[in-house]
Amino acid sequence: MGNEEAVFFSRVLTETTLSFHIIYATIGVGVPLMIMIAQWVGIRKNDEHYILLARRWARGFVITVAVGVVTGTAIGLQLSLLWPNFMELAGNVIALPLFMETFAFFFEAIFLGIYLYTWDRFENQKKHLLLLIPVALGAMFSAVFITIVNAFMNAPRGFDIVNGELVNISPLLAMFNPAMPTKVAHVVVTAFMTAAFILAAIAAFRLLRGSDHVYHKKALLLTMKVGFIFSIGAAIIGDFSGKYLAEYQPEKLAAAEWHFETTDKAELILMGVLTKDNEVKYALKIPYGLSILAANNPFAEVKGLDQFPEDEVPPLYIHYLFNLMVFIGMWMAFLSAVFLIGKWKEWNFIASKWFRWLIVLGAPLSLLAIEFGWWFAEVGRQPWILRDLMKVSEAATTSDQVDSMLILFCLLYLVLGVGSVVVLRRMFRHNTVEKELEDRHAMRGRDVR
Amino acid sequence: MNLEILGITVLWTFLFGYIMVGAIDFGAGFFNAYSVITGKQRVLTKVIQRYLSPVWEITNVFLVFFFVGIIGFFPKTAFYYGTTLLVPVSFGVILLAIRGSYYAFETYGSRGHKGYSFMYGLAGILIPASLSIVLTISEGGFIEIIGGNPVLDYWKLFTSPLTWSIVVLSISATLYISAVFLTWYANKARDVEATGLLRRYALTWSLPTMIAAGGIIVELRRHQPEHYNNIQNFWPMFVISLLLFIGTVILLYTKRQYGWAFTMLAGQFAFAFYGYGASHYPYLLYPYLTIYDSFTNPAMAISLIVVFILGLCLLIPSLILVMRLFLFDKDYVSGKGDYHA
Repeated sequence: MGNEEAVFFSRVLTETTLSFHIIYATIGVGVPLMIMIAQWVGIRKNDEHYILLARRWARGFVITVAVGVVTGTAIGLQLSLLWPNFMELAGNVIALPLFMETFAFFFEAIFLGIYLYTWDRFENQKKHLLLLIPVALGAMFSAVFITIVNAFMNAPRGFDIVNGELVNISPLLAMFNPAMPTKVAHVVVTAFMTAAFILAAIAAFRLLRGSDHVYHKKALLLTMKVGFIFSIGAAIIGDFSGKYLAEYQPEKLAAAEWHFETTDKAELILMGVLTKDNEVKYALKIPYGLSILAANNPFAEVKGLDQFPEDEVPPLYIHYLFNLMVFIGMWMAFLSAVFLIGKWKEWNFIASKWFRWLIVLGAPLSLLAIEFGWWFAEVGRQPWILRDLMKVSEAATTSDQVDSMLILFCLLYLVLGVGSVVVLRRMFRHNTVEKELEDRHAMRGRDVR
Repeated sequence: MNLEILGITVLWTFLFGYIMVGAIDFGAGFFNAYSVITGKQRVLTKVIQRYLSPVWEITNVFLVFFFVGIIGFFPKTAFYYGTTLLVPVSFGVILLAIRGSYYAFETYGSRGHKGYSFMYGLAGILIPASLSIVLTISEGGFIEIIGGNPVLDYWKLFTSPLTWSIVVLSISATLYISAVFLTWYANKARDVEATGLLRRYALTWSLPTMIAAGGIIVELRRHQPEHYNNIQNFWPMFVISLLLFIGTVILLYTKRQYGWAFTMLAGQFAFAFYGYGASHYPYLLYPYLTIYDSFTNPAMAISLIVVFILGLCLLIPSLILVMRLFLFDKDYVSGKGDYHA
């Protein structure tokens, strides 16, 4: 296998692993917060439905966390196996957050074990809830630290290169690079948002499938509220991300926006197609839109692709990834807003079948948005693995066996994906909410006697 | 002590931690699967699952800690080991993934599912075998530099008796460590039947472990004389290790003090493991890579160590809490309280 093939297969394998892992990782970061909120509301209102909600979410969460952990281990090792040259350089400058991530992960793992096995062990429910805080924090900080490494790849800082040698290394400067604040905030907030909408979809689905239990209605309202708040957060941070890109990675923004010539009063292009001569057709154009996104000023100049050498421009299809991510985010914010206003104004249609189906559809859409976002982030950095420093093609392994490993890992993800779905379905289908509530009442009745 | 030695000692300690908790974990999964086939599930499964359930994820973190740490402290290892280990480590990762997820599927999803129990039992026992290959490769002789890139010679690797002795040791040690620990745990749970069975497993695997370990030292003499000679300098450590081994076996045989038996076993492996590690010094990979020429810059090293110390301040209390709740809590161990979500 030539080097080009090794690079190609390394890219495909990394992309496959990340695309699979990110589903479970996003759930893993977002769901602990949701469990925490539900349990807290349950304790405060003394409402067993919310407590049961937390309990059932926690049970499902273990399955997704297991897949998240093992695929996370896979990507952790694959970074060194597939990109040894990159990791050698990165190890020198950005190893610190990677190392911190293992501690966050450790912390989460320990307390998740304790939390799961101490339901009802404490007289005071609040003590049990306290155990969940380190789980949620550990999960969140795992995401924070890993995203810092990704931010560094986009905006490497904290070192100088003199005669091909790394000097003046500052691990903290490397961590707090310009890409870090927006990137980290965006990843964490969208994880919360996605988790909320996935759980909302489950509640809506149960309501559609004949269970009219108030438990599911409470679940739906709670998750839609949380989802709405974080979707607004995601939109605000998304706006800041646009400004970051305009300042530090203008070629990524220009490629995502099909902005070919440097102009002021730049328009925002939505969807459309590109002809052979890079002419934009059938697009929706918002005047001044791009200038506002880039600089909060409709007359601001925005750098176009004409400012960059052709071999340093990312593939132009990222335009669609970027647009679709934003559309889905906006749509979910809108949908949850309508639901909440509808609750308040007592509109009947929010309890109708079609509206509930829209909420169900929100789960796959939200996950798709996460995928689009990461593909945009990674493809948009091409051809660099470390912007302006190391190209992807220079970073890859020279091993001949990447293609066969790709097949093996695809099989693995198939087994894990199917396995987790089958197990989750089985867990909850046989043990419905109605049945579990009855069992619990029966048990409590026995205790009293 | 310089930073290089401090770094490798920390990493070696975590690797030792992984080997111990991993062995208990993987061995337990295997015994569980084995008891399903032989119809002894009734005897073993309960005690094994009581131990495994809350800790499986923690085990995995020890490994992650080790490989993230080694890239941090010794970034050049990424180049040498990363390029050459693609196949063996990928197999290890796949096994780990099957093991971890199917364990969770069985435990939290469908309790008692035979297929799942099988899958994670089998995957678990193969993990030490596939990961131990890394130790074999570190002895040198299997990697050549061709055109500036390190290349692994598979034929040589898989026809070397050293490789297979290490594989045999990793499997038998896994079963031995696990059986001794579980004997103690079952005894604590006052489960007489399980204690008896596990004690028998422990005695069965004691001798093969020792023979395989001895075999490795003999193989090493031929394969890597430099390392072999270094081992001689650390002979007291290996003698202590042997004495502790004999102590464990005597206690098991006479059915006394299982707690001490496990403590001595941990000591036996610690002395052998650190003796082996110390004699490997200064090489990370014979003859290309030492801890000195692969070490990171001082700024990174110091910040890693600071983070490590801060991290330990969080971890040690949490680990003590876990042990108090699940390892030393009589009600939990004997199965009086089941508080699973």
